[in-house]
Amino acid sequence: MKVAVVVFPGTNCERDTVHVLRALGAEADLVWHRETDLSAFDGAVLPGGFAHGDYLRTGAIARFSPVMDEIVRMAAAGMPVVGICNGFQVLCEAGLLPGALIANRDLAFICKMVDVEVVDTGSVLTAAAMPGQRLRIPLNSYEGNYVLPDGSPRVVLRYVDDPNGSQDGAAAIANDRGNVVGIMPHPERASDALLGSSDGVVLMEGFIASMEVSHA
Amino acid sequence: MKVTVNITRRPEIADPQGTTVRRALVDLGHDAVREVRIDRTIHLEVEGHDSDTVHTQVSRMCEQLLSNPVLEDFEVVVHG
Amino acid sequence: MPDVSLAPEEDAFVPDPDANREAVYRLLGMSDDEYRSVCEILGREPRPAELAMYSVMWSEHCSYKSSRSHLKRFPTDAPWVVVGPGENAGVVDIGDGWLAALRIESHNHPSYVEPYQGAATGVGGILRDVFTMGARPVALWDQIRFGPLDQSKNRYLFGGVVAGIAGYGNAVGVPTVGGEVDFAECYSGNPLVNVMCLGVLQRDQLVLGTAGTDGAVAILLGRATGRDGIGGASVLASASFEEASEAKRPSVQVGDPFEEKKLIEACLELYEKGLVLGVQDLGAAGLSCATSEPAARAGMGMDVDLSSVHVRESGMSAPELLMSESQERMMAFVDPSEVDEVLAVARHWEIDASVVGTVKAGGMLRVFHDGSLVAELPAASLSEDAPLYHRPLGEPHWMEDIWAKTLTFVIRPGLAEALMKLLDDPSIASKAWVYNQYDHMLFLNTVIPPGNDGSLIRVGNTNKALAVSTDGNGRLCYLDPRRGGGRLVYEAALNVAMTGARPLALVDNLNFGNPEKPEVMWQFRESIEGISEACERLGIPVVGGNVSFYNETDGVDIYPTPVVGLLGLVDPMPESPPRLDRIEEGMSLWRFGPEWAINLAGSAFEKITFAHVGGRPSAPDPTMAKACIEMATRLVNELGIPALHDISDGGMAIAASEMAIGSGQGVRLEFTDWRHLFSEDPHRFLAAVPDELSETVGALAVEVGIPAARIGSFGGDEIAFEQGGIRAVVALDAATETYKNAIPHRMSH
Repeated sequence: MKVAVVVFPGTNCERDTVHVLRALGAEADLVWHRETDLSAFDGAVLPGGFAHGDYLRTGAIARFSPVMDEIVRMAAAGMPVVGICNGFQVLCEAGLLPGALIANRDLAFICKMVDVEVVDTGSVLTAAAMPGQRLRIPLNSYEGNYVLPDGSPRVVLRYVDDPNGSQDGAAAIANDRGNVVGIMPHPERASDALLGSSDGVVLMEGFIASMEVSHA
Repeated sequence: MKVTVNITRRPEIADPQGTTVRRALVDLGHDAVREVRIDRTIHLEVEGHDSDTVHTQVSRMCEQLLSNPVLEDFEVVVHG
Repeated sequence: MPDVSLAPEEDAFVPDPDANREAVYRLLGMSDDEYRSVCEILGREPRPAELAMYSVMWSEHCSYKSSRSHLKRFPTDAPWVVVGPGENAGVVDIGDGWLAALRIESHNHPSYVEPYQGAATGVGGILRDVFTMGARPVALWDQIRFGPLDQSKNRYLFGGVVAGIAGYGNAVGVPTVGGEVDFAECYSGNPLVNVMCLGVLQRDQLVLGTAGTDGAVAILLGRATGRDGIGGASVLASASFEEASEAKRPSVQVGDPFEEKKLIEACLELYEKGLVLGVQDLGAAGLSCATSEPAARAGMGMDVDLSSVHVRESGMSAPELLMSESQERMMAFVDPSEVDEVLAVARHWEIDASVVGTVKAGGMLRVFHDGSLVAELPAASLSEDAPLYHRPLGEPHWMEDIWAKTLTFVIRPGLAEALMKLLDDPSIASKAWVYNQYDHMLFLNTVIPPGNDGSLIRVGNTNKALAVSTDGNGRLCYLDPRRGGGRLVYEAALNVAMTGARPLALVDNLNFGNPEKPEVMWQFRESIEGISEACERLGIPVVGGNVSFYNETDGVDIYPTPVVGLLGLVDPMPESPPRLDRIEEGMSLWRFGPEWAINLAGSAFEKITFAHVGGRPSAPDPTMAKACIEMATRLVNELGIPALHDISDGGMAIAASEMAIGSGQGVRLEFTDWRHLFSEDPHRFLAAVPDELSETVGALAVEVGIPAARIGSFGGDEIAFEQGGIRAVVALDAATETYKNAIPHRMSH
């Protein structure tokens, strides 16, 4: 069971993500965005950062990176694919998740701990969590305001006190099948009580376990 | 009166966004693209009848707020 | 260098009777004497490209010509210093094969011209200084100072600078974990924007700014070169004096964090693979510096071909190419056999690279452009022969007057009212509005986050942690630059100690007014003296620094504002590092350090409640400082004390209030003289002590030789100061609201 942690030029949470996945017992490797063969992997994480400088629109250029064909294939095959923060934006631009992320309601970068509530455990990211469970996870984003005009997203995690104006308080959403998830806060940053919270572990563990299920 | 303001980065000032978008376009096979510069357009509706006065007013707005004179030039177009 | 044909030497600078050459070199900031020195070095008059190179390399900014003679005063040696001042960053040994690199820089003037880009490019520059050494940058701190927020121009500058730091730092992927924010009228026309970066590396990855050996190849990496930076270069291209003046207007540099992120990763890969002999970043003097300095350090010369430089704009002249300050560029010196591999690494990370020169024995730097030789000069002359000034200095006539200007209090002021006023002052209030815009969590190592006295950064995969505190206090240094300078060092050292760490090395950023004024030079010398004395007493080497002069508006100088950044090491890291939020109900409040503190000179209390700046601040006491530092580290490492807090701006009243606000626990404090509450006298701190440790703490204080007393307790929903029957009370909720909203309220205008 091996996770591909995709690195676009400008991604910056890749090393943190690999560190946490490995600490939880998963195999994880960095994969450069020009890679065209991910057949050795059983799941993928698109980590946070500023892929291609976030120029034009966040995620707009990244969706054309060669590696994205493989991410689309993995998603279609039912393997777990999770986009964190900037990775969430890329998944939206690539059409793997509905909607888009726009500038925060207050037009400022937000870097702080937020509380989210588990509202749907049917996704690969929330599979190990309890419905109604509250998690403290850091949020670090400028374009973190989720919108889905004329639709209602499948929210799997909801902000307890919406910090950025997201529709339906969405902190994380999933596709219908539940194997593709975008999450705006950073679960990998909530993996060590010394740094303030280890509540993200249950999410990362759910993701790792789902990889085994989807493979079986 | 309807007014369009085009805010452009001064030619000698670097535009990292344009450079990156050009790279991406070339990557997608559009290798004829020599340069990309990304600017802003602002549309206003301003009360008034004399286009010269409106032009002066909007130019003042550009100097004060709409443009950053250190980095940008602006052009005001008043549509009759 | 690959095949530069040696063009016939063009006639050096044919005098043009119509051109006002004197005006040209003066416009470039050179004095007549300096111009004469250049002619002497060359044995002829300089060509335009040569004049360009000397003018930038001999500028105050690059040559430190007014400050060098004083900077020698700093103690710089210690067994753990690996690289001292003079390189791109200071480097110290932190044990087990690990090194830490530290550097501080100012971007004051660019930030006034364009706050967002000025601050952003400051961040970019400091990062390059650190990863040039082979280190991965792991954290940033910013020390920023502005005029009062009731003026819209200051709000604009403050907002723009913070946005620029956030915009660049967040995107480049290096956490901004702390710093300082201060406001005073003297910074209105001249904000101070200092930025400090810490990097970590393994010993065998250390890279120096050397050009290597004869035959080494110079490869320019990163952004394309354009006409960025101060328009000095275009002065040389201008025909007339009037035109030249116009051409000198600043041309703002624009930062690109995305390019920098790729550049960091590419360079780190080059180091990991051992592909470079030396590296130099391109900063203020661009290619002029990145060619001459590494060559001089290696005792070499170099042939450089400007036509090979990858450019953003066409038609750039040789002076423009040599002086351009385009951002996100690095020069790597590599063995000829490794050029292809270096270019392959650049391609992988999608950055541009061009081979621009060859290192030559003999010490001459020769620059070619379009097949012609445009400069030929001794490489070392640009740095080593730079002018050195011993500018006159004299104690300002006003010192005696301001020392005599003390406030006398006939009656005790309203304490609760004073506390609320202090909490509402942006200099003291919460800086969360600022640091919540910064990504301070990236890399998962920020153990003590912003909002505490010092930061604590875990060194990945080790038990070590690095502590950093940055401190400046313009008002204090204005009232006494020597005492002020010393107290900054002691305060920073104490802040570092309160995380459990041992002070290891210091960098300084010396922000001063116009050095041509004897009073400013006196302030400068005195501050250096104070900093040096304190460093000597504590055994802390100065491993790097930066000088920023000419911080003045309409002839009025800023407060002398040295800023120090102090690095400390704790190994192993305490299991539960102290943080204000670890304070619990029922814990006692203890005060450590001298109890006689009643001097209010220079205090925030006098400034904020009485708009008074005067009197003479107390001198530091090295013996007490050392005891204080020992006490703090032992409280953390031996007793696991949950929270400590330095008594500084706003005195004990603010320190206790911040502990209450930071933990959500009320606090009750007993005092004997109300001035104790607001005095900022040095070497004092507070701690929250669980009752079961009271005896141990008391015994330890006796052993260390430091006055200590239990002065109150935590719990409840009030901040209360008590003396006999007097009781000044503020509701914790109200204090918290005021403290948290002071800056957001002003910025939402």
